[in-house]
Amino acid sequence: MIASFIGVALALIQAKSLDPGGHNMLQPAAPQASQIEWLYWTVFWILLVVYVLMIGAFTKTAVVNRSGATGPLPIMTDEKGDRRAKWAVGTATGITVITLFVILVMSIVTGKKAAGLTSKNPVTVQVTGHQWWWEVTYPNSQADQTVTTANEIHVPIHTPIVLLTNSSDVIHSFWPPNITGKRDLIPGYSSAAWFQIDKPGIYRGQCAEFCGLQHAHMGFSIIAQSVEEFQSWEQQQLKPANEPGTPEATRGRAVFLTHSCLMCHTIRGTDAGSRLGPDLTHVASRNMIAAETLPLTAGALAGWIVDPQRIKPGVKMSPNPLAPDDLQAVVAYLQSLQ
Amino acid sequence: MAVTEPVVANERDVADAELARRLDRTWRQPKGFWGWFSNTHHTAIGLRFMVTAFVFFLLGGILAAMIRMQLIRPENSLMGPDLYNQVFTMHGATMIFLFAVPMMFQGFGVYVVPLMCGARNIAFPRLNAFSYYIYVGGALCLWGGLLTNTGPDVGWFAYVPLSGPQYSPGHRTDIWAQMITFTEVSALGVAVCIATTILRHRAPGMTLNRMPILLWEKLVLSFMVIFAMPSVMVASSLLLLDRLVGTHFFNHSEGGDVLLYQHLFWFFGHPEVYIIFLPGAAIISTLVPAFTRRRILGHTPIVLSVVATGFIGFGVWVHHMFATGLPQLSESFFTAASLMIVIPTAVQFFFWVATMWNGRIWLRLPMLWCFGFFFVFLIGGLSGVMLASVPLDTQVHDTYFIVAHFHYVLIGGALFPMFAGIYFWFPKMVGRMADETLGKWHFWLFFIGFNMTFFTMHFLGLRGMTRRVYTYLPEMHWGPLSALATAGVVFMTAGILVFLVNILRSMRMGKIAGDNPWGDFSLEWATSSPPPSYNFVHIPMVNGRNPLWDGPIDQPLIVGLRDDIRETLVTHSLDTEPQHKDEDPGPSIWPFLTALTVSAAFIGSIFTPWAVPIGAPPVVVTLIGWLWPRGHSPAPLPGRESWQH
Repeated sequence: MIASFIGVALALIQAKSLDPGGHNMLQPAAPQASQIEWLYWTVFWILLVVYVLMIGAFTKTAVVNRSGATGPLPIMTDEKGDRRAKWAVGTATGITVITLFVILVMSIVTGKKAAGLTSKNPVTVQVTGHQWWWEVTYPNSQADQTVTTANEIHVPIHTPIVLLTNSSDVIHSFWPPNITGKRDLIPGYSSAAWFQIDKPGIYRGQCAEFCGLQHAHMGFSIIAQSVEEFQSWEQQQLKPANEPGTPEATRGRAVFLTHSCLMCHTIRGTDAGSRLGPDLTHVASRNMIAAETLPLTAGALAGWIVDPQRIKPGVKMSPNPLAPDDLQAVVAYLQSLQ
Repeated sequence: MAVTEPVVANERDVADAELARRLDRTWRQPKGFWGWFSNTHHTAIGLRFMVTAFVFFLLGGILAAMIRMQLIRPENSLMGPDLYNQVFTMHGATMIFLFAVPMMFQGFGVYVVPLMCGARNIAFPRLNAFSYYIYVGGALCLWGGLLTNTGPDVGWFAYVPLSGPQYSPGHRTDIWAQMITFTEVSALGVAVCIATTILRHRAPGMTLNRMPILLWEKLVLSFMVIFAMPSVMVASSLLLLDRLVGTHFFNHSEGGDVLLYQHLFWFFGHPEVYIIFLPGAAIISTLVPAFTRRRILGHTPIVLSVVATGFIGFGVWVHHMFATGLPQLSESFFTAASLMIVIPTAVQFFFWVATMWNGRIWLRLPMLWCFGFFFVFLIGGLSGVMLASVPLDTQVHDTYFIVAHFHYVLIGGALFPMFAGIYFWFPKMVGRMADETLGKWHFWLFFIGFNMTFFTMHFLGLRGMTRRVYTYLPEMHWGPLSALATAGVVFMTAGILVFLVNILRSMRMGKIAGDNPWGDFSLEWATSSPPPSYNFVHIPMVNGRNPLWDGPIDQPLIVGLRDDIRETLVTHSLDTEPQHKDEDPGPSIWPFLTALTVSAAFIGSIFTPWAVPIGAPPVVVTLIGWLWPRGHSPAPLPGRESWQH
């Protein structure tokens, strides 16, 4: 029995390498997640020792002390053994208290380290939860220098990121497992947290607080890139939408602006200015749509526009039964919005 | 020290037989259709609580199997999110409110406590019966909702604002909130009955320092219920007011507070975990001495641990809210409290090991389930240590790691002891032994299936699988582990089926048990199996912590209780000095009728606030019937000398 549990423990360790998904709290890519990972393994090994000792004791009684009696045996007393056992219990309790105290100190120290990232010139990102997508803005004192996007959070590496959180409807929870722990987005409460990423890459995250029908499909990505790449991305995002370059895209824009699309979405530089849904000004610069549910391809876009309820039942976007060529035009237009 | 014969063996003569005959006439439980509804005896009500709770365990289990079937592969289309959200909400609400508490606290408590106290019936038997019917009312309300596609779909915790009027239109959440009212009224009623029975109806000689650990735990539990349940009733009632009459307690845009709800809910929610676990620990502390054939070591430290758990349990609720971004200092306080509560549980574990270390283990079915408890609960308890730490908790919170953790704690801490307890008291309840071979099949199938399903979930959680998702994308790579977790369900289901077969078969064909098949020490084994409706011919006299092991054969008998009316003995809370006699109110249909009128008012108020004024008069009428005077009052207090010969 003990052997099987040690086997399981080893499997736990290998879990690190078994997971190709990259969405894993034991594959840290940021100081916060690394500190928590260290704490996890330290506490894990302590607890494993405790478990093995306790289960060893229980197994010993089940194997060694087992009586083959068919009826209840007489009641036994063993005062000397009892005295010894009470000493053992006292000692074990003392060790338990000390161990718990050590865990308490480690936990508080790790918590302080993870929360207390200090640096100059942080990048501030405001994340607002919506049913069921993430609005991402990079606040700036000048309104026209404020970048607004959705679901994909670009951040520079080696730079502290201040995360401001809020929610527009129900409680959501922002959780990129490889980067840092969860932070709830609570309506009526604005809160701030820090994180920093040292390795470029795309890190997936997900809403962790049950928020209704499409809680399952409320993903986001953090795209960590070099400072230069980040700045050029930011400059690109600040521009208004591209003018359509082809006749089909021009027609697509007209379809967009004459159908219900503009009731919810913004495309800066056009008449569409509603903030109910994600900002689409540079939608084609993103990798995925529908809160990281579908890849940004013509097929996925078309399927999503025609019947989002089939892909994400309950989503706030209504079906758009467009004529086939209208649909193609809108897709072409959206794909041109780099 | 030599073993002593059970006390019941003495004084078995003609006079006793005649007394038993007269007691039986006085205490007989009513028969027939209406008789069933007017029975107020604690063994009947206790069994009903257990059977009903088990039925809801099976229903909740079916929902669990549906959840596992949906998650067996990515993007599975068995259920849409609307149905899935109802199913997982109903699974949680059913298991917590309709199974775990009614089974572990109400069921075992109502059945075993009066017998262990040596009492003829539970205190306030009509309130007790009422509590059963009101629990059934709440259960039918909740399941009626699911069957009419109005099952609650906002999680068993129903956080605002998701459960508020704006994001949860319709009556789904109202049904959840009103079910809380039903089941918590039931738990509060039983808590009062059990606490009073333990404090005032213990047999003479069972002073506080001789009280069995199980009674201590039930006493602590009763007080925990009395302090914890009002908190969730406040939360659910304020939520109902927000939803029904437009108050703004939790509406942040009108100055309400969203987090207030979480505080109210978890101030109940965490003690609730101990309300479910402590009865399990109580069963273990009862079974370990019986099957190691020794007195339990550390009776006093174990009792103190239980009392400590009862207090500290109220100081740890914020560890459910570490991700909300509370100030670090207050979070550290709750980390310390959550780690501190490990100590009393550890002390209990150490004394169990110490008792068993020098004992001779009689590995019968109940003890086998105790071993299951040790292996399983310990994993949950230890992973719980991680959750006390703020940084670790912010990572694993709301993932399948938590799902794994609390199933290890709750199934380990309640279900395994429950099966141990059922196999242990089954001979007392039906007079026949449960089948040992089938019981072992049940154990191994369930044990293997359980670990397959829930151990796997730790890995899913570490890999970032969040809770309450109705499906997941293939690129998350959670499919194979999820399928493994689903496979475990097959074993668990098989185990439960074997259990049902065993119980149904053993009820008819099991070996006749006799009064005390396990040679156990506590008073419920000092009467026949199943107990007569008056429980004991003579109120027993207790001479030690383990009455049937410690008591000398010719102990004094308690006499002086009338046998032509239902007289019970009331003793002093501390030293159990007989104080006076009370009269058991006897069978009555009114608790059932009161439960009907109260249920009508509760369910009506889901739809209109007018149900309160309109529903109140019938409640008053049934209460008048319930409280109608009975004509003769108990005899005046006699002097102490007339009680003992």
